[in-house]
Amino acid sequence: MRLGLPLVIVFALLALVGPWLAPHDPQAIDLAHAYEAPSATHWLGTGDNGVDLLSVLLHGARLAGVVGLLVVAFTATVGTLIGALAGFSGGRVDAALSSLADLLQAFPGLVLNVAILALVDAPGVRHVVLALCIPGWVLYARIARAEALRLRQAEFVQAAVALGATRARVLVRHVIPNLLGPIVVQATTAFGGVVLAESTLSFLGLGPSDGVSWGALLDQGSAVLLRFPHVALVSGAAIALTVLGFNLAGDAARDRLG
Amino acid sequence: MLGFLARRIARALLTAVGVVSAVFVLVRAVPGDPAATILGDQASPEELAALRARLHLDAPLHEQFGAFWSDVVGGTLGRSFRDDRAVSERIGEVLPDTALLALAALFVAWSIALPLGTIAARFRGRWPDRVASTLAVAGLAIPNLWLGPLLVLLFGVVLRWLPIPGDDAVGWRGLVLPSITLGTALAASLTRQTRAAVADALARPFSIAAAARGLSPRRVLLRHALPNAALPVLTIAGAQVAALLSGAVVVEKIFERDGLGSLFLDAFFARDIPIVQGCVLVVALVTVAVNLLLDLLYTAVDPRVRIAS
Repeated sequence: MRLGLPLVIVFALLALVGPWLAPHDPQAIDLAHAYEAPSATHWLGTGDNGVDLLSVLLHGARLAGVVGLLVVAFTATVGTLIGALAGFSGGRVDAALSSLADLLQAFPGLVLNVAILALVDAPGVRHVVLALCIPGWVLYARIARAEALRLRQAEFVQAAVALGATRARVLVRHVIPNLLGPIVVQATTAFGGVVLAESTLSFLGLGPSDGVSWGALLDQGSAVLLRFPHVALVSGAAIALTVLGFNLAGDAARDRLG
Repeated sequence: MLGFLARRIARALLTAVGVVSAVFVLVRAVPGDPAATILGDQASPEELAALRARLHLDAPLHEQFGAFWSDVVGGTLGRSFRDDRAVSERIGEVLPDTALLALAALFVAWSIALPLGTIAARFRGRWPDRVASTLAVAGLAIPNLWLGPLLVLLFGVVLRWLPIPGDDAVGWRGLVLPSITLGTALAASLTRQTRAAVADALARPFSIAAAARGLSPRRVLLRHALPNAALPVLTIAGAQVAALLSGAVVVEKIFERDGLGSLFLDAFFARDIPIVQGCVLVVALVTVAVNLLLDLLYTAVDPRVRIAS
């Protein structure tokens, strides 16, 4: 199973240059050609209002990539810092941060995301990113905390403390660099999870209103599933292949780093 | 033991109260005016004010908060903005649907994952293991919002074995595809956990000693490895409750089923705040209760957990 990295690279390239490759405007309305099967002009066929599905997918890749990158970067950074701090400090700081993590993790993520998104009238990309970030950091914090607890006892950390290094220096120079392996593994898998979460929100009608999303396309496709199955098929395939790619890449990273 | 029990229960309740209070505040911060949403564009300012007063939307936040908790204690959970019925009644109507779906999905997940994970661990590194791992990876990658439509196309449209979503999809025949859709991702992660737990137990000294005493591999697996692998597998069952309830929102939409998820979503678009709060409260209580139950079960099975905490 060495599919992971190629799939991730293809996704990254499409997210990067996809919108420029798109043969049509993803929102161009052409009512005479709605729900057409794949043809020479529309390689993947057309959807609701005659939009070109290939163009929607290419623009959707950009949205998925942007949301994934922002959410993973933010949650991994914040989660690692919080977890490392909690594990390394112990005591009250640890207890307080752990209860907060328990609270957020005990709750179905999607329900929390929906509750947050309802705060805005027409949610945009930044609102979706925010909604996904709020519960998203917890898993990183748990991993970082467990690693920090282990590293606290490690000889090289104790040696640094004995040499008179400040706590902040020990944390930044010795503890955090040594717990990044499992964090990178988690971030790789989580990227796929974020893409899926964005698609799910869009599928439910809560996605960014200022973007073109795979999930929204899948929602339209599901509505006409029995008559025009190609719309749901291509949009779902894009989501599934992306999630598969990041899952496999995460597994590969675990074998190397974990 | 009693003190331990009391501490666990108190902590679980505190978590539930924390979540519900947070949601109360979050939902109140919605910029849209629920009264305007309910009455539409044509409403006069007087009508709007009257409705706001009737719904207590003009009361200070702390009074609304107090009223909300007295509704919770009173058991009604407040009244719907739209038809003035008790929220608990509305939720009570749809809760069995979601519970049935969740239990069916759990059944699907466990009956796939336990045998598959155990076989994978027993034949580690050989072809059954590779087949199981591939299935698990595929199951994790396929989103339920795509699996649902695919299953409908295959079994509802092409093969015509099962009803397509809608009015005909009642009874157990209507439950098959939704529960497979909801259960697949759970099955995939549970397969991985089971495989890891059983493989770990098989490598422990007690298993090796049992094999050295001449027990058949089958007996080592069933009598020695599996009981010891049960604990780590139980642990992730708690995390699955959250996944089930999240998934139910999606699956109920795909299959046009009544349930907590569709009620929640519908109430959100209508800004029916009491229903939204009620759903979140019920979800929080269910999650906390199941996790508490698993915690206690875990402690009962393995006394070491109790001593450590």
